[in-house]
Amino acid sequence: MTAALVFLGAVIGAPLRYLTDRTVQARHDSVFPWGTLSVNVIGCLILGGLTGAALPSAVFSLLGTGFCGALTTYSTFGYETLRLVEQRSYFWAAMNVVISVIAGLGAALLGYTAVSAFLG
Amino acid sequence: MGTKIAEPAWDPIDPDVDLHVPAQRRELARSHGGVLVVIAAGGGLGALARYGLGRAWPTPAGGFPWATFTVNVVGCLLIGVLMVLISEVGVAHPLARPFLGVGVLGGFTTFSTYADEVRDLLRPGSAPLAFGYLAGTVLGALLAVLAGVRLARAATGR
Repeated sequence: MTAALVFLGAVIGAPLRYLTDRTVQARHDSVFPWGTLSVNVIGCLILGGLTGAALPSAVFSLLGTGFCGALTTYSTFGYETLRLVEQRSYFWAAMNVVISVIAGLGAALLGYTAVSAFLG
Repeated sequence: MGTKIAEPAWDPIDPDVDLHVPAQRRELARSHGGVLVVIAAGGGLGALARYGLGRAWPTPAGGFPWATFTVNVVGCLLIGVLMVLISEVGVAHPLARPFLGVGVLGGFTTFSTYADEVRDLLRPGSAPLAFGYLAGTVLGALLAVLAGVRLARAATGR
C-alpha cells in the first residue's frame, strides 16, 4: 500500500520536473541550469512544509517520498555541475553547487518553520 | 542542411532536457506526450527503489542518512555512465534518456529529502553531522558523476 503511494506520487513528480524544466528553459536561455535549480528549490520548500505539518505517514509517502522525491533530483544536478566544469564554466559550476545547496536548505527550513508555526 | 551531423555543436548541460538540442525540443510534441508516460513510469520505479532502500536501511534519529547518501551517490554514478552512452556513443533509443535519465535516476535520487535531512540534523548536538552530510553528499555525488563518465568513456574507448 505504502509502496503504491510512493509510486503514484513519483508518477506525477517526475514528469512535472521535466515539464517545469522545459518551461523555465523556454523563457530563460542560459548556460546555467535554472530549470533544475527551480524544481529542486520548490521541492525542498514543499517537503519542508510537509515535514512541518507532521502528516499521517500514508500522506507523507505519497506527497513527500513519492512526489517531492521525484520532482527533485540529485543526479541531474550532479551531471550538470560536471558538464559546466568540462565546458570550463568554472564559475557557473561553483555557483550551481553553492546556490542549489543554500537555496534548497533555506527552502526546506522556511517550509518547515512556517508550517510548524502556523499549525503549532 | 545536407550535413551528416545529426546534433548541433551545442553540448547539452541539462541531462533531463536541453532545449538547445533540436531533437529534445521536439520530443514532447513528436511523441504525442509519450515521453511523459515513460518519464512517469521510470520515475515511479526509481522512487520505489529509493523507498525500498530507505526501508531496509532506516536512519536512526540524529544519525547519518546513509540510505539517501547512497541513493544520491549511486544515482550520480549511473547518470554519468548513461549520459556518455547516450550523448557521446549515441546508440541509444530516443526514449532511453527520458526513461532512464529523467525518470528512473531522477526518481531514484532526491534533492528535497537531502535538504530536509540536513535541516533536521541542524540542531544542537548534531550540527557537525549536518554539515558533514551536506558537504559529503555534494563531494560524493560529484566524484561519482566524474567516475561514471570516466568509466564509460574508458569502456567505450573514448
